[in-house]
Amino acid sequence: MATRYRGIEHPLRGGWLLVPALAFLAVFFVYPLAMLITRSFTEFRETEAGVGPFGNYLWFFANDANVTILVRTFTTALIVTAVTVLVAYPYAYVMTRVSARWRMVLLAIVLLTFWTSLMVRNYAWLILFQRNGLLNALLASVGLGPVEILGTLPAVVIGMSQILLPFMLLPLYASLSSIDRGLVLAAQSLGARPSVAFLRVYLPLSAPGVAAGGLLVFVLALGFYITPAVLGSPQNSLFSQLIVTQVSDLLAWGRGGAMAVVLFLVTVAMLGLFWLISNRRELPSPLRARGGRS
Amino acid sequence: MSATRVRDPERNSGAVWRVLQVISGIGALWLLVPMLIVIPMSFTGSRSYRFPPESWSFRWYENIVTDDRWLSALGTSLLIAVIVAVVATTLGTAAALGLSRIRIRGAQVLNGLFLSPMILPVVIIGVAVYLVFLNFRLVNSPGGMVLAHTVLATPYVVVAVAASLRGFDTTLERAGASLGAAPLRVFLSVTLPIIRPGVLAGALFAFIASFDELVVSIFLVGPSVRTLPVQMFTSVAQESDPTVAAVSTILMVSTAIILLLVVLAQRSEPRRAP
Repeated sequence: MATRYRGIEHPLRGGWLLVPALAFLAVFFVYPLAMLITRSFTEFRETEAGVGPFGNYLWFFANDANVTILVRTFTTALIVTAVTVLVAYPYAYVMTRVSARWRMVLLAIVLLTFWTSLMVRNYAWLILFQRNGLLNALLASVGLGPVEILGTLPAVVIGMSQILLPFMLLPLYASLSSIDRGLVLAAQSLGARPSVAFLRVYLPLSAPGVAAGGLLVFVLALGFYITPAVLGSPQNSLFSQLIVTQVSDLLAWGRGGAMAVVLFLVTVAMLGLFWLISNRRELPSPLRARGGRS
Repeated sequence: MSATRVRDPERNSGAVWRVLQVISGIGALWLLVPMLIVIPMSFTGSRSYRFPPESWSFRWYENIVTDDRWLSALGTSLLIAVIVAVVATTLGTAAALGLSRIRIRGAQVLNGLFLSPMILPVVIIGVAVYLVFLNFRLVNSPGGMVLAHTVLATPYVVVAVAASLRGFDTTLERAGASLGAAPLRVFLSVTLPIIRPGVLAGALFAFIASFDELVVSIFLVGPSVRTLPVQMFTSVAQESDPTVAAVSTILMVSTAIILLLVVLAQRSEPRRAP
């Protein structure tokens, strides 16, 4: 009887449950990525032929236009991350401090935006930024404008930040709502001014939430394609557009593949950096020891 | 130092609080206004994006019904999203169960592999899939679209089901098995009812991931398969067509209704003993 029981101890045990998904990802995800990476080392345009396996990469970094776009993409992603933090932090903080009814309203606004089709949101900005659209109508009513914002980098930044704001807000709200208010109270009752109590107690406790949301927004922003395509212009295109141009328009799989690898490595480097920083934060501190309990 | 300096932090008042309120208000407007603009725009009488519209009409809604590009794109998108939801939910639920049961060193790596399609810039996946699907003759084919969307949708199911498996008591499965139930029976009558909320959430995420997908789809579309987001994208790129505003309005209203239904369903979900 005992042996029989052992046999049925884990009725659904086993790694075989992983097999279908693993096989699927291997064929339709890992294999395509491997093929693309291989192409970046083996397929060359005439100009790079004979330079060696890194020809496409040498071409990429020797071409000023490419490096400019890479830097622009990085800068744009940084600005978008900063903007979302600056708006999301007060928003999430207010959410933790208002009545349940207002909290529901604020949360509903975020969720509705989050779940609305991406194309709809990009299209909404396109309408708003029209020359005879709402933005210029509002500016005209206060005696300003009109501005030609469509096709500029600020238009792309405004649209991207709004689309990515929920990705910042949701983890940040989860983080802020778990902070024990008693710690801020305690700091103030021990003589700290409110600003000091915020900077020394509340802000450090909220840092993991800011870091998690910030990383998510930054990494997603690096790969944005639709928003710069709809709201920007070819003169200020971002990295993803460059890849699509190489592959779809020029059929330069080697070059496109090399660019994809560069974008991939940058993304992985960002994730690795975050992992390093967040692991270092595990160092014991009296506040963290208590903060983790609440 | 004095006690009077300690303000009651439970009270929301003061200049700082006002500033925070204003920023939150701006944030809320920033999220909402662009989307709300689309609604009046969908009733404009003229083929332009002038705001406010000079005349009103339903012609863009009529256009959705009469111009069969829009209806067929909607049908294609719905069909693909339903198939993707079924396939991704099956693959993802099995994978999440498998991940929760194995105790090997590589489990973290496997977990990372399952989640990577969600984190990797989607344009990379699009280019890679396009390259291979060209050889497989899967470009311009509904089947290719389903396969590519399933890659992107499965991680959402894995995450949702894994969350519902946290704190899951495997003693219940063992009890079922010791009473003589076959593994499939144990899964259907013990495991599935408990993780059902996670599976349903995962299926909904997978459906939306597919229905809303645009970047990978742009590579894979052709005359015989054209999804709704792609139809919107090409329409926006080519002309100023307020039909897109009408479609957007319908999508937003549907999203709001689904969101409301999900919230209501969660409220009425009976609490089950773990």
